[in-house]
Amino acid sequence: MTTIFGIPLMVLFGQLLLGLINGAFYALLSLGLAVIFGLLKVINFAHGAQYMLGAFAALLGLEYLELDYWLALLIVPLVVGALGILIERFLLRRIQHIDHLYGLLLTFGLALIFEGTLVNLFGVSGSSYPVPEVLAGGFNLGFMFLPTYRAWVLVAALVVCLFTWFMIESTRLGAYLRAGTENPKLMQAFGVNVPLLVTLTYGFGVALAAFAGVLAAPIYPVSPTMGSSLLIVVFAVVVIGGMGSILGAILTGLAMGLIEGLTKVFYPEAANTVIFLVMIVVLLLRPTGLFGKEA
Amino acid sequence: MSDSPSVTAVRQRSARRRLGLLYVGLIVLGLVAPFVAYPVFLMKILCFALFASAFNLLLGFAGLLSFGHAAFLATGAYITGFLLSTYPGLTPELGILAGTLGSVVLGLVFGILAIRRQGIYFAMITLALSQMMFFFFIQAPFTGGEDGLHGVPRGKLFGLFSLQSNLALYYFVFAVFVLGFALIQRTVHSPFGQVLKAIRENEPRAVSLGYDTDTYKLVAFVISAGLAGLAGATKTLVFQLASLGDAHWHMSGEVILMTLLGGVGTLLGPLVGSSLVIGLQHQLSQSPLGDWVSVILGTIFVLCVLSFRSGIIGELQKLVKRNFK
Repeated sequence: MTTIFGIPLMVLFGQLLLGLINGAFYALLSLGLAVIFGLLKVINFAHGAQYMLGAFAALLGLEYLELDYWLALLIVPLVVGALGILIERFLLRRIQHIDHLYGLLLTFGLALIFEGTLVNLFGVSGSSYPVPEVLAGGFNLGFMFLPTYRAWVLVAALVVCLFTWFMIESTRLGAYLRAGTENPKLMQAFGVNVPLLVTLTYGFGVALAAFAGVLAAPIYPVSPTMGSSLLIVVFAVVVIGGMGSILGAILTGLAMGLIEGLTKVFYPEAANTVIFLVMIVVLLLRPTGLFGKEA
Repeated sequence: MSDSPSVTAVRQRSARRRLGLLYVGLIVLGLVAPFVAYPVFLMKILCFALFASAFNLLLGFAGLLSFGHAAFLATGAYITGFLLSTYPGLTPELGILAGTLGSVVLGLVFGILAIRRQGIYFAMITLALSQMMFFFFIQAPFTGGEDGLHGVPRGKLFGLFSLQSNLALYYFVFAVFVLGFALIQRTVHSPFGQVLKAIRENEPRAVSLGYDTDTYKLVAFVISAGLAGLAGATKTLVFQLASLGDAHWHMSGEVILMTLLGGVGTLLGPLVGSSLVIGLQHQLSQSPLGDWVSVILGTIFVLCVLSFRSGIIGELQKLVKRNFK
């Protein structure tokens, strides 16, 4: 069998694929964080919990409502996004005029509530969500085996990321969003309904997290704590990439997934910490982040 | 209407006297408390009060929100626990000193990295770094991994006084707390503390006045980390164990809640907040609501942020100002 640095190629490619999939989730989640941060200036600490809610909604939908995977992929982000809209409208809006660190604390409290409630209802051990039949099986690429569902996750995540990027960079709504990020007061003066824009933006960011959650349900164990540990890694990814650029967030997410995959092959003990180590190096060399603009 | 200078001076002096009386009252309360309440419970409160006060030095007086203080608590706890269980000849005060120094060093490293960014990034960086330490503690050979360290001996203070009895240990922990608290009180009211407040209020202005704000922030971070480590080290002696729970990000969240509930930027706030949170956890753990602790803490968090941002002591101060001025 072909090997590279004493590692069989099959293993290497397998881990790289896993890394890329993880990276797709980092990209989706950091994208949502960046969109929300851009307009609200709040770091959404409940992002991980909302991702977890997405996965759980898909699982419970299947169990009790016979909601199939494809419908879940459509409906769950809408439902969880609507929850996000309520959170923005009734909680975050009340503190938007004060120090934005309070937004972080508020969403942290919400994350504790969501996570704690689901732990009580369903326990900490995860359940599994069946892979939809159409996407079961896989291809033999000759140098490695590619499960169809994983390929689908990668494609779907990339399409959603690029679609979001296109929306923000090239549509009128996206232009409003970018303008609102620069100067919300001026936007308001021009007659744009900024509060509505803020609400919808938060809802959209939360819906992205829930979409990622549904996408993740068939490959990761669905448990109440699945989001929080992931979110802290995503924070590191955001610090590495800087939140100034949407494309930057996507690229950083994917790259960090790959680096994590490589580390699993060559030095597995550091696989959990490598992204934090990259963050330290970036902070030392380029404190504003790779794609960051502000000082 | 402004008062003449002499009136202000008299008022300041009487305020200082009132504060002095309050501290004397609190010390007397601390000295008699173990005869009224269970000493281990009180020691837990004191350790967390010190932890929250250390955290508050950073958030309340320098305006820096650290989301990674669990790492310092755990570092102090693990180093002290490891040294005391491995070297039976080591006296507890030296073990605690070593744990505190460990946290000081870690605080220096974290601080150098984190103060390169401000505001929300600062919070995310400290959280990420402390999560890194969490993974380190799981794998490191000296922490006992998932099991943690158990049966850490309390030993004899200075090799002379046994700390085996809870009452003896209580007075030691109380002394540690008073020392730590005095250091914070001194720091806050020193010229150094005034500069910290200036940085909190308006960092660019402090820079333009010629202050090297990064150094001030770093020193504050290190002091805070060291005291958090001291709290963790002392806690190890009380419970005779050190575990991963200390390093978990929930712990970083809890200390924020204690400070927020008691009153950010007030000296007594963290003391009140930690007593309430520890007391609440204690009560809940014995009630049918035990499993809902984190939901209840989360709810208190949300309510505090929405409508109780000054915390208990902060609201009391406002009340006093409004009615007795």
